Amino acid sequence: MTATLVTLALIFAELSLLAFGGGNTILPEMQRQVVDVNHWMTAQEFTALFALAQAAPGPNMMVVPLVGWHVAGFSGVLVTSLAKFGPSSLVTGFALRLWERFKDRPWRRTVQAGLVPVTAGLVAASAIVITHASVSGWGTVLIAAGVAIATTTTRIHPLLALAAGAVLGLTGIGQP
Amino acid sequence: MDAIPAARTAKHDAPDVGELFTGFFILGLTGFGGVLPLARHMMVEKRRWLTGAEFTDLLGLCQFLPGGNIINMSVAVGLKFRGIPGAFASILGLIAVPTAVVIGLGVIYGRFADDPVVRHLFGGLAAAAAGLLISTAIKIAWPLRRDVLGLFIGALCVLAIAVFRLPLLPTLLTLAPLSIFLRSRQAS
Repeated sequence: MTATLVTLALIFAELSLLAFGGGNTILPEMQRQVVDVNHWMTAQEFTALFALAQAAPGPNMMVVPLVGWHVAGFSGVLVTSLAKFGPSSLVTGFALRLWERFKDRPWRRTVQAGLVPVTAGLVAASAIVITHASVSGWGTVLIAAGVAIATTTTRIHPLLALAAGAVLGLTGIGQP
Repeated sequence: MDAIPAARTAKHDAPDVGELFTGFFILGLTGFGGVLPLARHMMVEKRRWLTGAEFTDLLGLCQFLPGGNIINMSVAVGLKFRGIPGAFASILGLIAVPTAVVIGLGVIYGRFADDPVVRHLFGGLAAAAAGLLISTAIKIAWPLRRDVLGLFIGALCVLAIAVFRLPLLPTLLTLAPLSIFLRSRQAS
């Protein structure tokens, strides 16, 4: 149990410091660690947890405590939350003091412009990995495609799109 | 680390630790599928902790650093006004309710995951969540559509992470400096 908690702490502390461009960029690595490397759950279970976290209120990284819960109960929640939010918060704290000094330097813009395509690529990779694990049968393909088109082209509320997907899924049409 | 002197923020309603907690607590309670617009409303318009310009400036910092924007923002705002206790109050307020809700959902899922009806429901929910992520990816990539260098770097990221399933650390350590270097060459 302790070994599991230490592994959880190490994984999420690393993810915390690598999450440039927000939480969605680290989903593939999180999935790789908890599914492929540590075999704590299947890819489908990971995707279900991600979907649950999206249906909850608050910041979009709530899959973190949920993975902790699934793997190790309450201590898992505590360890993953501390490991995921602690290191990046420390960095924020220190950077806040330096920010006034470097926010107008030209190199900051260059670094930020350089990180944009990396973020875009990582979020696209997340979309591919999560979609691949979540669609089984033409019914779920249609739901994913429909939600993607609707939320890209209209201002439909994300929660409404999730609810529509859940209701369509409930019918079981096009699912194995 | 103590609070940064609030000399230029005298015109604001500087929040105390309790107000920081309740402000972010309500934000965590209400923010579905994207907290950012609500965060601005709460901090700038409703509670007047920050001016619009200060909010944008802090957001720029938080986007620059690793971690979720809003999580970092809560830490930064807490530190700015009340030092370390403020930072703790802000981030705990923000994640308290969402954490309780996801664990509740996780318990329900764990108990009924084998039921075919629940399995179908979650199948649909997961597909919809994937659809949302596709939409987010399109929106982030859209401004790069005529940027050959950006598309090239983005495609390398997709190949490394989604196709070859390479670990994130070496991928980032290679592609981020490469991308920044090519940008700096382009700029000069």
